[in-house]
Amino acid sequence: MKIHEYQAKEILTAYGIPTSKGGVAKTPKEAQILAEQIGGKVVVKAQIHAGGRGVAGGVKLVNSPQEAYDAADALLGKNLVTHQTGASGVPVQNVLVEETAEVSKEYYLAIVVDSDAKTPVIMASEAGGMDIEEIASTSPEKILKVSVDPIVGLQGYQCRTLAYGLNIPADSIRSATSIITNLYNVFQGKDCSLAEINPLAMTIDGQLIALDAKLNLDDDSLFRHPESSSLRDKEQEDPLEVEAIDAGIAYIKLDGDVGCMVNGAGLAMATMDSIYLANAMPANFLDVGGGASEEQVAQAFRLILSDPSVKRILVNIFGGILRCDVAAKGIVEACTGIKQTVPIVVRMLGTNVEEGKEILNASELSVTLVDDMKEAAEAIKQSA
Amino acid sequence: MSIIVDSNTRLLVQGITGREGSFHAMRCMEYGTNLVAGVTPGRGGSVWEEKVPVFNTVKQAVEDTGANTALIFVPAPFAADAILESTDAGIATIACITEGLPVLDMVKVIRYMEGRPTRLIGPNCPGLISPGENCKVGIMPGNIHMSGRVGVVSRSGTLTYEAVNQLTNLGIGQSSCVGIGGDPLGGTSFVDVLKLFQEDKDTDAVVLIGEIGGTKEQEAADYIKNHFNKPVISLVVGSTAPPGRRMGHAGAIITGTAARAEEKVKALSNAGAYIVPSPADIGITTKKALENSQ
Repeated sequence: MKIHEYQAKEILTAYGIPTSKGGVAKTPKEAQILAEQIGGKVVVKAQIHAGGRGVAGGVKLVNSPQEAYDAADALLGKNLVTHQTGASGVPVQNVLVEETAEVSKEYYLAIVVDSDAKTPVIMASEAGGMDIEEIASTSPEKILKVSVDPIVGLQGYQCRTLAYGLNIPADSIRSATSIITNLYNVFQGKDCSLAEINPLAMTIDGQLIALDAKLNLDDDSLFRHPESSSLRDKEQEDPLEVEAIDAGIAYIKLDGDVGCMVNGAGLAMATMDSIYLANAMPANFLDVGGGASEEQVAQAFRLILSDPSVKRILVNIFGGILRCDVAAKGIVEACTGIKQTVPIVVRMLGTNVEEGKEILNASELSVTLVDDMKEAAEAIKQSA
Repeated sequence: MSIIVDSNTRLLVQGITGREGSFHAMRCMEYGTNLVAGVTPGRGGSVWEEKVPVFNTVKQAVEDTGANTALIFVPAPFAADAILESTDAGIATIACITEGLPVLDMVKVIRYMEGRPTRLIGPNCPGLISPGENCKVGIMPGNIHMSGRVGVVSRSGTLTYEAVNQLTNLGIGQSSCVGIGGDPLGGTSFVDVLKLFQEDKDTDAVVLIGEIGGTKEQEAADYIKNHFNKPVISLVVGSTAPPGRRMGHAGAIITGTAARAEEKVKALSNAGAYIVPSPADIGITTKKALENSQ
């Protein structure tokens, strides 16, 4: 789960990591008041779940409360398009108003789980402010890495190794090791999949401060962090995806016109690939789940039907725990009372496949039934 | 012959009295697996389905029944605890079906298991099966399998069934099929399974099914190139998946170039694997590979 910069900074502050003085505003007036309280120059930052805000005009430096009002007014209620968003962008509903800092140097600091080492790894670089992927590809030697043994935890010497490795001035070493320790505490304490401070800035008066921050929370750990669920911002997500998450369905909106419903993530990706090989494009990824109920199948199918870009539908069910007759009933239920406007191709196999086919044949739906993935791809080709 | 599970397997099911655990324990037993015990804290002393004794702890179950393999259906918040319990009780093989374990739980589990003799398959996996030994330790439909000499290893569930079904339809039987799971952090890797298939004199070839995310397929390709001398038939799915989005499985997410399907296919192709051109062609590609190697 992604959260906003201002929410991430509130967590960092609670864990003792210095951040800029500031606050979040929902209206231009609130932004103006915050700017008055802070005094002097401030920065107004659009709060969206995507990077690339600066280049896209989502970060504005202003000199007065009136300019803060104007900057917030220009951002709030609009969609911001960055290289990480789709063409329509994502809505800006909050701006972060912060005091500016005079920066002498920028560092990069992040913690992720390294799936090769199978431990948390702290990454740090003197090339702060840049995209870490870019640093990794252009000058990997500039990234320091320290693996943390999950049983003994982060050790003091590891923090010092990083701090000295970053050439942090002697006066600020303790402040740096404290920030590294506290970021690790955030990572552990909030079950993050990513905890990133970029840049971690050295101000001209020698203070280290988190100028930008990103925390991604592990969805699978939310059961033990009830406080985190309030941080979710559904407005930043595709509405169909929000509906799917709430229904317990894995769904991702894509650009094509072939809606697909599959049980199992691997088979769903294989089905998408087959659609592509049939010279068509999938409209979505959808894994209805291993043990879906009739109602979940119906919800999944309604989700596909409600997507206006879907011009044809491919269902691929390998019946196991999810029986084919249950899947068939779900499809029929979803279509009840709706006039069928798109061709539907169904490939079913496994448990209770004959019953499933009978249910579809007996229904009012016009369905092309196929037996294997080759025929399914062929039927999709024909439907164009 | 087979790998990991066989006629010597003495199965224990953790979470046997739950809906899923109970359903699948019965399917495993029907398939021929020697199911010797169930574990559900608080239900010790009862007998499941009038057939299998239930214990409060894995330790007690192992002492009383000689169980050597555990199948876990415990809900995600308690699954790490269940894995550690079986590890401490000296179980040889654990298959963890449970999906959605927090990554930081798995970090601790994997570190704890290092240097201990227990093998973990999964989590978030369908388990494993050895058809010729009538031994099923997982949730796959038993009836699509047939005994034979091709090994299958995969990160996916239903896609593995699809592969097995295509093989069986062409009369190609399987020695063992292992689902290693769809999470970024799992116990047994492709390379671990390939090593076992390499040693198994009754496995002639291996179907390896990968997907986007991580670099496990590249590690497999390295091993195949340098150490594996049986034909490998490989499919990697997810070439149409957008970067940065989790495709159902926690591990199926493209972060960086190496995680892309095309990079994995390239590595496996360079290692000499037969590349399956389309998901519909797993069976036919295997058939051709077997004919070539004769």
